[in-house]
Amino acid sequence: MNFSDLFYKLKKDKIPFTAFIVLLILYFIIAFADFFAVYPENYSMRSLAYQPPSNIYLINKENKIVRPYTYNFIRTFNKEKLTIEYKQDRTKKYKISLFGKGYEYKLFGIIKTNIHLISKPDECNLFLLGTDINGHDVYSRLFFGGRISLTIGFLALLISFPIGAIYGGISGYLGGKWDKVMMRIAEAVMSIPGFYLLIILAGFLPSGMTSSERFTLITVILAFIGWAGLARVIRGMVLSIKNQDYIKAIKTIGAGKFRIITRHILPQTSSYIIVAITLSVPSYILAESGLSFLGLGIQLPDASWGNMLREAQEFANIIYRPWLLTPGFLIFIAVLSFNVLGDKIRDILDPKMIK
Amino acid sequence: MNTWTYILKRILESIPILFIVSLLSFFLIRLSPVDPLAQMKLNPAISEETIQKETKRLGLDKPVIVQYGLWVKNFLSGNMGYCIDNTKVSVKIKSRILNTLLLSLVVIFFSWIIALPLGILAAIFYNSLFDKILTVLSSVGMAIPSFFFAVLMLLFAQKTGYFPIGGLTSINFNEMDLFHKIADVMWHVALPAFVLTTISLSSLMRQMRANLLDILDADYVKFAYAKGLSKSKVIIKHALRNAINPIITLLGFEFAGLLSGAALTEYVFQYPGLGKLILEAAMQSDVNLVMASLMIGAFMLISGNIIADIVLKLTDPRVRI
Repeated sequence: MNFSDLFYKLKKDKIPFTAFIVLLILYFIIAFADFFAVYPENYSMRSLAYQPPSNIYLINKENKIVRPYTYNFIRTFNKEKLTIEYKQDRTKKYKISLFGKGYEYKLFGIIKTNIHLISKPDECNLFLLGTDINGHDVYSRLFFGGRISLTIGFLALLISFPIGAIYGGISGYLGGKWDKVMMRIAEAVMSIPGFYLLIILAGFLPSGMTSSERFTLITVILAFIGWAGLARVIRGMVLSIKNQDYIKAIKTIGAGKFRIITRHILPQTSSYIIVAITLSVPSYILAESGLSFLGLGIQLPDASWGNMLREAQEFANIIYRPWLLTPGFLIFIAVLSFNVLGDKIRDILDPKMIK
Repeated sequence: MNTWTYILKRILESIPILFIVSLLSFFLIRLSPVDPLAQMKLNPAISEETIQKETKRLGLDKPVIVQYGLWVKNFLSGNMGYCIDNTKVSVKIKSRILNTLLLSLVVIFFSWIIALPLGILAAIFYNSLFDKILTVLSSVGMAIPSFFFAVLMLLFAQKTGYFPIGGLTSINFNEMDLFHKIADVMWHVALPAFVLTTISLSSLMRQMRANLLDILDADYVKFAYAKGLSKSKVIIKHALRNAINPIITLLGFEFAGLLSGAALTEYVFQYPGLGKLILEAAMQSDVNLVMASLMIGAFMLISGNIIADIVLKLTDPRVRI
């Protein structure tokens, strides 16, 4: 089955197709994260920690629709209640415009530009989804966080799937003693509860790494946990494929073992691998966000949806500052879309499953 | 092969796996540049003597292979060493295992009791509104990050005050009689169990539905209909029995998933289980505790799988291994 066929069948079913579109939009947005963001990733306004979301107004006092504007918040300390309160400063309006100029950034790391979807005057503190404890703009960090949370799974898959497929391929093709030993090792990796291993490996990472080093290592750790399950299934498939006539034919031509495995056997398992990939992305996304939620994954000042949700560990935050929970809903939407899409692709590629 | 030899065979098979697990975890942890006794040395409550005893016990002055050998020897004789807070690892782990088992069993019990009937009904009324609603609900259940759901439940507990927040027992636990003690523990288990049940429920229900749908398509089911049996008889007597077997295999996987999935939920609810223990151990680089809990985790997972296989063999006479 080729991809245009797959796409055609996908298009016929509304719900999975919607999920597909949602994912496309999500990935499109994170690709242009800087364009959608209002502030740079590490921008922090410490004097405005936990500011509630800025209100946007479209109607002025004379009840006429005008260009959207907003007010700044002023932080005051309530001496009776001993709390910090935010009040709108209604004396000055700030106009907000679309496709205006903001901070300078490099699109895809190459094209220098300063055009943003939403732009505001310099002295205006526009926090569409409020701020966190460090005065980071939650709205902007959703895009940067998504960039990490939604890609780390794919990167881990890029490592774990080739390893799993080749490992399973070799094990199944060689058979005998090799197969036994290799499968015992894979089973051992599978026998350690995955999240325990994840926590421990991440917990034992030396401190003081740069954020990109940490990102890479977390990816490798995620991959290390995922390969074994795939290896086992692929091995099972290889066992049944390797006795087919065409493999014997290739052997008589004189092809090497590695060539037979990678060129002639593994491609036969491709539809399973495609299904397994779409179905396992969500678990990687959940694993990364869980790890970061615990403080073992992506570290501040970098954003990921998981470490943004760390704020939700404080009771006061979930009760009085619900805007800090938004990353949780985005994780939910992303995982839901991947699940729905994965189920559909499995139905399409595996006709036995269709009812 | 009779059941007892089968059980024995499965247990013997798991020994090399546990051996590889120990090798893997030992060398992974040793690869990291963390001094296993660094935290102990920092703790003024731990005497120099204890540290020297630990150094000798772990063989830190000897090559890595010898260290591994010593560790295995100690572990097999039940000596797992001390945590960084100077309590015995074995004591600490024992209570946590029971708590995690309790939580897992409650979750498995409820998810089975709810998921199987729902899955069966969804398959029988395939493509009906009921089926569609259940499909949507189960997709939602599978997509909620467990820790996020746990946080929301915690919020619920805090707002309503119906459920306790965190822990396993109330403050006045020791003064209660047995009945109230059980009730108190159950009351504390309720919310974490609810979160985990919702998540494992969804996948279990889908599996049950898919299996039964497969079986309803089989020739012998069509034959049963052709004989003129009623729909309920065909489903209960012929289809269900075969549809449930693959679910039993899932029991093992589910247990594995629970051990992993529970870690985050335990953390959010401050439930004193194995997952929370291992998390604390990893954060404090407590090597003894980490090694021991990794082994225990793997041991529990393998036992779960073996139990599932045995149950499958008992229920399905076709299984011959």
